[in-house]
Amino acid sequence: MKKLIYILFINILILSKSHALIEIDITRGNLDPLPIAVSPLHVDIKSEEHNDIKIKNLGEDISKIIEQNFKNTGLFNPLKRDAFVQKPDIAHLKPRFEDWRLIKAQALVTGKLLIKDGKLKVEFRLWDLAAAKEMTALAFTTTPSNWRRVAHIISDKIYERLTGEEGYFDTRIIYVSETGPKNQRIKKLAIMDQDGFNTKYLTLGNELVLTPRFNPTNQMVTYMSYFRNMPRVYLLDIETGTQEVVGNFPGMTFAPRFSPDGKKIIMSFAKDGNSDIYTMDLETRVVERITEHSSIDTSPSFSPDGKFIAFNSDRSGLQQIYVMRSDGSNVKRVTFGKGIYGTPVWSPRGDLIAFTKMHKGRFYIGVMRTDGSGERLLTENYYQEAPSWSPNGRVLVFYRETKAGDRGEGFSAKLWSIDITGYNERKLSTKTDASDPSWSSLLSK
Amino acid sequence: MIRSLVYSITFHSIMILLTVLSLPFMLREPIDLPPIVSVELIQISDKTNIPFAPKARKIIEEKKKKEEERVVSEQAPPAAKAKEKPDRIPLPNEKEEEKKLIKKKQNPEEVKPEIRQSSEFEKKEIIDTNQIAALIDKAKEVESVKRKETNKITQSSKKNSFATGLSLSEEDALRAQIFGCWSVPLGLPYDENLLVRIKLKLKKDGTIMKSEILDHERMNRPGQKFYKVLAESALRAVRLCQPLKVPPTGYDKWKDLQLNFNPVEMLKG
Repeated sequence: MKKLIYILFINILILSKSHALIEIDITRGNLDPLPIAVSPLHVDIKSEEHNDIKIKNLGEDISKIIEQNFKNTGLFNPLKRDAFVQKPDIAHLKPRFEDWRLIKAQALVTGKLLIKDGKLKVEFRLWDLAAAKEMTALAFTTTPSNWRRVAHIISDKIYERLTGEEGYFDTRIIYVSETGPKNQRIKKLAIMDQDGFNTKYLTLGNELVLTPRFNPTNQMVTYMSYFRNMPRVYLLDIETGTQEVVGNFPGMTFAPRFSPDGKKIIMSFAKDGNSDIYTMDLETRVVERITEHSSIDTSPSFSPDGKFIAFNSDRSGLQQIYVMRSDGSNVKRVTFGKGIYGTPVWSPRGDLIAFTKMHKGRFYIGVMRTDGSGERLLTENYYQEAPSWSPNGRVLVFYRETKAGDRGEGFSAKLWSIDITGYNERKLSTKTDASDPSWSSLLSK
Repeated sequence: MIRSLVYSITFHSIMILLTVLSLPFMLREPIDLPPIVSVELIQISDKTNIPFAPKARKIIEEKKKKEEERVVSEQAPPAAKAKEKPDRIPLPNEKEEEKKLIKKKQNPEEVKPEIRQSSEFEKKEIIDTNQIAALIDKAKEVESVKRKETNKITQSSKKNSFATGLSLSEEDALRAQIFGCWSVPLGLPYDENLLVRIKLKLKKDGTIMKSEILDHERMNRPGQKFYKVLAESALRAVRLCQPLKVPPTGYDKWKDLQLNFNPVEMLKG
């Protein structure tokens, strides 16, 4: 009997053994962009004509913008429409998942639109094709002329749902538009959607404009302009077009930038021949001195929590990047690499600082952690600088000057963007030469 | 009457005789079974750490190396992208480190027993005999807590596969399939502890009968958007990959699988 029990016991042990769970660690995957199908939006037959908008093509136009946005991220691969089997209206009701899986799509965007009583109503759905279920669905109503923005907002919502981070498509970029020969450059402030459309000029070009910077909380811009050879700092409300002078500052004034709450601007100017960092309260117009050092301190940038300031200074010889508390205490040098470091910009996420580095006659745009560790140089070129962050802290826009002719005569300045991974470098289309870009926060926020 | 009684007795005695003959322990001294209680079997990989025969190990290592190379070349980003900024090229030191790491993975002798923290859900479901010893040994538990704190990835699968009998190449074949199907969401932060564990129940043909995310409550917690995205991508990978190319035999060994998706190494680039 005892033995019988033994045998039973052994059997049970062996049985449980065979059911032990196998674990497999998956630490690698496919780096290819996610294949996504963007079906053209179905145009409701009840739609009415509206001004110049070609209602017939509107669905297709919106989906093209979404596709282009996705393509530009480098994270998605929008599939060609020729391969789509299902009609847009039916797909929007209930996609035949197997049809879409056949063309190797992993996600599908469908939608429809209607213009009625002078209002444009757009709805979209995002489908997870592998799981055969809807991931998100939203509808927007707006004036028909806003159709491009709707496309950007939809892109943002899909991007957020698929990546977990905020999008950056419904945004604008302000920059200095440049025309004419190098010694007689005409510089105007210009603003465009992040995809290069809807360019508008904000100044006439009879004064030199420099370093426009967006307020991180709204659509205000601060920039510098020379009026009778005196630098002035301006505030410009993009929505209303109103401008005001914040103040006249002595000597060389540089790079005004907003604090994260938008209530102050921080900049550097030279007083008594010594350049230091100052803040100015926009309500009270009180100027406060932050650094007091015999060296040249410039290019200040607040951390997103407002507690720290990054800036560059030559106090140790060559120009390097320093971080201090927002009251000017506890100054720490963070860059120790070879070469000259400048234009530090704190990421909106708060985890990285972007900078320009010059070494052996080449210019690099790079990022590092806020303590200076983990420096990564993303791109190298003959001349490039002034990085500015996308509102989600994932992409940098900067400008690059290249020699235009074969013999090096003439030059051209253009805006470029690059992911913080160092991938996906691309040129932004601008109507003229462009420099000093600044990326806005999300318009729809 | 007597006749039928005789028949009955005869047949019954034949039956008894047959039984006695066919059930060995009723006739002879039984084989002495208790000493080989399969405790040995359970602990064979962890406790005794019997190394491979030298030749077999060589072959396996070679195979592994080839596999590693193949996977790497499959996943290398397009040439245009991988263009060589000075900082992306790993320093010689780093390269060496990487090699060491691979060696470690391949050498069964160096695999240390460990335990993982499991969810409530898991505790009910999984009885992993490998971990009983570790559970008793508090020192190991401390070690596991430390591991969790440092967010290091644990390579527990190799160890488990020995115990459960899935061969290295079989396991690697499964792993390589998932590698190919998993589109890693590249926007994820690299400094967060994002580990998604998916439990699968497979059919014999490699299709998935059931898949569930352990810890799936975390998906709907506020502030866990990245976890949700990762979990969804992992589920997509599993679904896209089916039917998995599974070993032709030993269904019992692989019908339940747990996949641990951890993109940290990749995202750090």
